[in-house]
Amino acid sequence: MTGILILIPIALGLGLLGLGAFFWSLRSGQFDDLDGAALRILIEDEGPTDD
Amino acid sequence: MNAPAPKASITALPETLFAVPGMRCAGCISKIETGLTQVPGIAAARVNFTAKRVAISHLPETTVPEIQRAIAALGFESQPLGDELAGLSDQSSRELLKAMAVAGFAMMNIMLLSVSVWSGASGGTKDLFHWLSALIALPTVAYSGRPFFRSAWAALKNRRTNMDVPISIGVALTTALSLHETFVSGPHAYFDGVVMLLFFLLTGRWLDSVMRDRARDGVSALLKHKAAGALVLAEDGTSEWVNADALKPGMVMLIAAGERLAADGIVTKGRSQFDLSLLTGESVPVQVAPDDIVHAGTLNVDAPVEIRITAAGAATALADIARLMEDAGQSKSRYVRIADRAARYYAPAVHTLALLSFAGWMLAGAGWHQSLLIAVAVLIITCPCALGLAVPAAQIVTAGALMKKGILVKDGSALERLAEVDRALFDKTGTLTLGRPELVDRDALPASVKPIALALARASRHPLSQALRRALEADGVAAADISDIREIAGQGVEAFYGSERVRLERPDARSAGASLAVQFRQGDAPAIILTFEDAMRPDAQSALQQLQALGIESGIVSGDRAEAVQPVARELGLTAQTGMHPQDKLDTISRLSAAGQKVLMIGDGLNDGPALAAGHASLAPASASDAGQNAADAVFMGDSLAPVAIAVRAARATQRIVRQNFLLAIGYNVIAVPMAIMGMVTPLIAALAMSGSSVIVVANALRLKGAAK
Repeated sequence: MTGILILIPIALGLGLLGLGAFFWSLRSGQFDDLDGAALRILIEDEGPTDD
Repeated sequence: MNAPAPKASITALPETLFAVPGMRCAGCISKIETGLTQVPGIAAARVNFTAKRVAISHLPETTVPEIQRAIAALGFESQPLGDELAGLSDQSSRELLKAMAVAGFAMMNIMLLSVSVWSGASGGTKDLFHWLSALIALPTVAYSGRPFFRSAWAALKNRRTNMDVPISIGVALTTALSLHETFVSGPHAYFDGVVMLLFFLLTGRWLDSVMRDRARDGVSALLKHKAAGALVLAEDGTSEWVNADALKPGMVMLIAAGERLAADGIVTKGRSQFDLSLLTGESVPVQVAPDDIVHAGTLNVDAPVEIRITAAGAATALADIARLMEDAGQSKSRYVRIADRAARYYAPAVHTLALLSFAGWMLAGAGWHQSLLIAVAVLIITCPCALGLAVPAAQIVTAGALMKKGILVKDGSALERLAEVDRALFDKTGTLTLGRPELVDRDALPASVKPIALALARASRHPLSQALRRALEADGVAAADISDIREIAGQGVEAFYGSERVRLERPDARSAGASLAVQFRQGDAPAIILTFEDAMRPDAQSALQQLQALGIESGIVSGDRAEAVQPVARELGLTAQTGMHPQDKLDTISRLSAAGQKVLMIGDGLNDGPALAAGHASLAPASASDAGQNAADAVFMGDSLAPVAIAVRAARATQRIVRQNFLLAIGYNVIAVPMAIMGMVTPLIAALAMSGSSVIVVANALRLKGAAK
């Protein structure tokens, strides 16, 4: 019984984490341009890299 | 490394959106983004490839035409987008996606708890799990259920019923009863069923909404053919630029060659040719002389003219067409979608059934609690999961398949209406034909003079010169070196090749049959006449035969002259009505509709706009005017006319699958409902039945992947 009291909050917490991450990615515009994101990986990064 | 998308972080600067349909590859993205940021006055440019848009933040003093020129310098055509178009499109799908994510999360977690209850958890553990389920389910129902509650409420307020009414009642009742069961630590709670129902239904809604957005992004919605303004001549001889909305009757506009009119008027000075294709669909430019009436939206091709305005703004013929289009579109908005039509019978049946089982068990002496539990089980089991998912799933699979073939369908109801058509009306210019002149005989010019002709053709923007240029460039001709190029308004182009005078000009003698012609003259040698014609779209014949095989009778409605339509009609074996105004086309469609026929209108011009909006379904080629594309239900790319038959066939295949899905849903109800009425349905069975039927209808819908053939 004590196992359940620990495991259930963990299970729910992980689920909430996933949901939160999805909402965050939606808000930060990661789903705005799905086709473009697939193409941007092919673009050569020109100019000096500052990191 | 990959190039990160630049963030437009400087929010203080004004941002303007441009549609750039020509973006095709990764190179275009970097070219536009890096190219534009180097332009003075532009702070940042951010490409959205999916929507084919660029958001540009710029200094307040940088104007739209300046930015457009900068984009053109990079080799892309662009159109500024109004604010009202920019934000709204993705809003509703995003809301649905959020609601769906929440429902999905809740479904998984409640299912986790429910499975433990089903596998034997009892006593305090079971109560704890039910309480936890309630804790997750209540906020979820409140959040994810909003789209259904809102739409059901709107329907009820208008004393109508739709699919969302039984859904909302079912969801609300089941949640309330489950909550009661949890309070009294009863054996069953249906929280999993409620949330699962919401999840599946939201998936259907979201698919439907994504489909609409995708098409809207593909088709820009702008009436760009009206000029933004005109150069107005003042009393004292000076001229100044006046915006279209400030133009007033009585003003005199100076219209240069290549400009579009911003208002209706009468020619006061100058002779020219006007391209009326936007209004009439006719491809041959028309001669205008002083005292002729000209309309807004038409294009001056030849020489500068002065025009006294007779009507401006909302009084122009162009605005009239826009109004006609708006009115005609209302009949289409009255169309009731198949799922809602089904719901009309379904909803009362479900409610009666639930009520009857409640009453029946009460009479049998089961007690109100037991009876209510059974009534809720009936509601849950009959809830139109399959209906809500079956239709959008089938339609989005078809829309995806059609999109691969270059046919953009605007929404699901378009597919439904497309499947019902039994009569097709085609516009001629630009629809059955390509809408651009093509050189008839490529060998009319001797090979020796082709380079000279190309050099001359390149110097002019006249449609025939452009056609000649295309034909010669396609043959791989390299332009000759000519000097002193001079364009003589209304006559042609003249230049010197070495010391010899060469000309590309209007033919001396104009015969009615060969009105689309130019002559090429070198020195004193006899002139060579080049004739052009508006070529038929490839596959026109076979597309019409296929329509015939589908039981659809075709005809032509054209604004063009009878002599121009006749050859096309004869070649395709169609009956034709000619010389029709937008209102006439509209009347033809209403007459046919009144006779019970479902008309498919295929057209491209603004003059077809009202007819496209009025037709039971409508298609437009991608070369169509924006108004035409906007009014049509679907837009097809490329020169071929084959997509017309493909679209109708795919729409009918979709309708078949949708009907099968309905049958599946009814079959499932025939088995499950008696069980529910007898009180044999536990939450476990409800969950299995619901997900099982949803998986089956989606799998059936996936068979449409190859529908676009």
